[in-house]
Amino acid sequence: MADQDNSQNRLLTIRNLWIEGQSEDKWSPIIKGVDLDLNRGEVLGLIGESGAGKSTLGLAAMGFTRDGCRISEGTVEFDGIDLRHAEPGERRALLGKRIAYVAQSAAASFNPAHKLIDQYSEAPVVHGVMSRQQAETDATSLYGQMQLPDPGQIGFRYPHQVSGGQLQRAMTAMAMSCRPDLIIFDEPTTALDVTTQIEVLAAIRTIVKEFNTAAIYITHDLAVVAQMADRIKVLLKGEEVEEADTRIMLSSPQKDYTKSLWAVRSYARAEQGDTDKGTPVVSVRNVTAGYGATTVLDDVSFDFYQGRTVAVVGESGSGKSTAARVITGLLPPSSGEVLFDGKPLPADYRSRHRDQLRQVQMIYQMADTALNPKLRLRELIGRPAQMYLGLKGKALDERVRELLSLIELEPDQYIDRLPSELSGGQKQRIGIARALAAEPKFIICDEVTSALDQLVAEGILRLLDNLQAEFNLGYMFITHDLATVRAIADDVVVMQRGKVVEQGRKAAMFQPPHHPYTELLLSSVPEMDPDWLSNLLEARAEAG
Amino acid sequence: MSILISIFWFAVAVVGAMALGWLFRAFVVAVSPQRQAQEMRTAPLTASFGLLVILIYVLVAALAPIIAPFGESEVVGGEFLPWDSTYLLGTDNLGRDMLTRMIYGARNTVGIAFTITALAFFVGTVLGLLAAVVGGWLDQVLSRSVDVLMAIPSLIFSLLLLTIFGTSVLSLVLVIATVDATRVFRLARSVAQGIVVMDYIEAARLRGEGKWWLITREILPNAMAPLVAEFGLRFCFVFLAISGLSFLGLGIQPPTADWGGMVRDNATLITFGDLTPFLPAGAIALLTVAVNFVVDWQLHKSSGLKE
Repeated sequence: MADQDNSQNRLLTIRNLWIEGQSEDKWSPIIKGVDLDLNRGEVLGLIGESGAGKSTLGLAAMGFTRDGCRISEGTVEFDGIDLRHAEPGERRALLGKRIAYVAQSAAASFNPAHKLIDQYSEAPVVHGVMSRQQAETDATSLYGQMQLPDPGQIGFRYPHQVSGGQLQRAMTAMAMSCRPDLIIFDEPTTALDVTTQIEVLAAIRTIVKEFNTAAIYITHDLAVVAQMADRIKVLLKGEEVEEADTRIMLSSPQKDYTKSLWAVRSYARAEQGDTDKGTPVVSVRNVTAGYGATTVLDDVSFDFYQGRTVAVVGESGSGKSTAARVITGLLPPSSGEVLFDGKPLPADYRSRHRDQLRQVQMIYQMADTALNPKLRLRELIGRPAQMYLGLKGKALDERVRELLSLIELEPDQYIDRLPSELSGGQKQRIGIARALAAEPKFIICDEVTSALDQLVAEGILRLLDNLQAEFNLGYMFITHDLATVRAIADDVVVMQRGKVVEQGRKAAMFQPPHHPYTELLLSSVPEMDPDWLSNLLEARAEAG
Repeated sequence: MSILISIFWFAVAVVGAMALGWLFRAFVVAVSPQRQAQEMRTAPLTASFGLLVILIYVLVAALAPIIAPFGESEVVGGEFLPWDSTYLLGTDNLGRDMLTRMIYGARNTVGIAFTITALAFFVGTVLGLLAAVVGGWLDQVLSRSVDVLMAIPSLIFSLLLLTIFGTSVLSLVLVIATVDATRVFRLARSVAQGIVVMDYIEAARLRGEGKWWLITREILPNAMAPLVAEFGLRFCFVFLAISGLSFLGLGIQPPTADWGGMVRDNATLITFGDLTPFLPAGAIALLTVAVNFVVDWQLHKSSGLKE
């Protein structure tokens, strides 16, 4: 009897699935024999690093593979229908109607030329579920349930007229339009700020529960998946590591790999004393700056000291990166000045002396675009040393090797590689080495870990930390991730809409009382506790 | 019936060309070092055939005085002699050996075309990248001047300039290079504009790099693929432009042998059903096709497309 119940309740069954991808005329496996079961109304969290095959597996649940990939073995059965061998027409009838997909970047996935409601209505009308009229009424009510502002009108806007978080909710509503049995969420909140993320998470959770929809929730963020999923499956390099109910998985992970994922969040460096800080290496004095008529930074001041890390925190648009551009001289401020070792720096980088340029280095968020893809590491790293320190020939070669060893890459193996022959984390290390090659006093790290997986990011943070201790560097660490702040910062500057709302020692910053905005930021960081989101929403509802 | 026969010969030519391509590829793979051999092994037959043809042209051009049976402008016999064992391809309207003229023509026409294309690319690329890197008024001045030059039809513009400056080889090279440099400038500038916004260019600027370094080390290597493809196409266009101008009497001046001029000089023979005047035209056509085969291969590789 129990078995029968179970099979009636079973929505999706994947057995021994192998997916291969084509690279350089060879097929190599991406998914290696994964099983997956999903019951009606259940939410399964898929987590793993990038390249683990999460998205590929998620798409395979729709019987779909990306171009250049193929399912080579195994079965995908959705409610008794064999999706792998289904006719294209048969599969098309299911997609959008009974299986829906929510992509990572709603901004990139909506068609910018059509209004939201037109895109909402398309699926129900095509599948013959509703008339256009009904679909529009339905959209309004679902927009309301997704807590979108002005649900009656928002559908008549174009995607660019709506904020990112709202767009992500509109996309979830759209996926819900035919009341599908299964929705696949592929990192739906990864591109959002923590404060917006909460709203989207809450809306998704409510609506999935309301319609008893089954979901596969793909993410690399453990704390997020803890809020959303009933069950968690951990993937590593296309293979399942382990699977368990959320609470069990969080409290007692079995495998070493899972434990290491869990442990990342606990990294924190030793607290630095407030001992004699001396003259600030860089100090920003009453800077106001902007692009054209819009002011992005409004009378901002803060200081950086050698050997200390200042984390600059805030949502996107708060002016963090603009502050970095002012310090480097890319954006001359309209008033105020930047001091280096107590002496003013010219506002424009073009009028700065070579030695002034050398002292302030920058590490970029996207190592992919920050490294010239056609230069070998020897030249990428060697150039600043050659330029600023006049190293040549053998001395230069030795210096490059020394730098490579510093960033924990084997010199002989890597010195003649191109950036495309490196992994994401290694590329970021090259970015660090390039900054170090100039032997600066001060380094700006602009979201250096936000494009990386947690394990890799932790490695980068540790490296930065060691280098700081060794060379007495001052860091400006721009981030929106408070876990990173906790891990690496000595001092914290919180920014909102171009203003500094709070600054001080890290310990003080994480202790109440907070500025209301800091409080909002802090409370919005997902925690590993599966009840965190419910509790938070309850608390906020009571408060406001 | 005659259609069938021409189809048959066409098929034979295609198969023969591919077979030559295959043999040439096998040969190159066998003799070249590891890295190039790897590259060559994946080359399509069309590309290796193209490479083979280009190689032959280059050899012929370089070794012209050795290969050619007679002197370049030596009158060796009667006018319009038919093909025989002494004059393999007969003689032309002044009694010069046709084969000799063809061989020297390769040297003159191909050599000048290559010089022009190289010059056009050097000037166009440097200015285009400079405009993208510096921006502002320099970009405006250069781009708008180029717009003005491009607004005049190129053939008429070259005719005009050649009439003013006279028809020496030097002025021919400079005039066509100027006209073509405008096209290269447009391409180089638009490709470079996509590259200068990358973070690595910003990083180089913040490092205090000069413009020459930015252009040659940071931008040019990343703009190479479209520029190389354009080089192949441009080369063909230049070729056609020289031949066209020669045909009009403004290109390479007699008695220098040149394929375009040879077609014009011997055009009378066509009325008598003799195909000899078509040989220089055919030589131009074959080189054009060969260059495009190679360019297509390079384009395909740089775009990263898979069949």
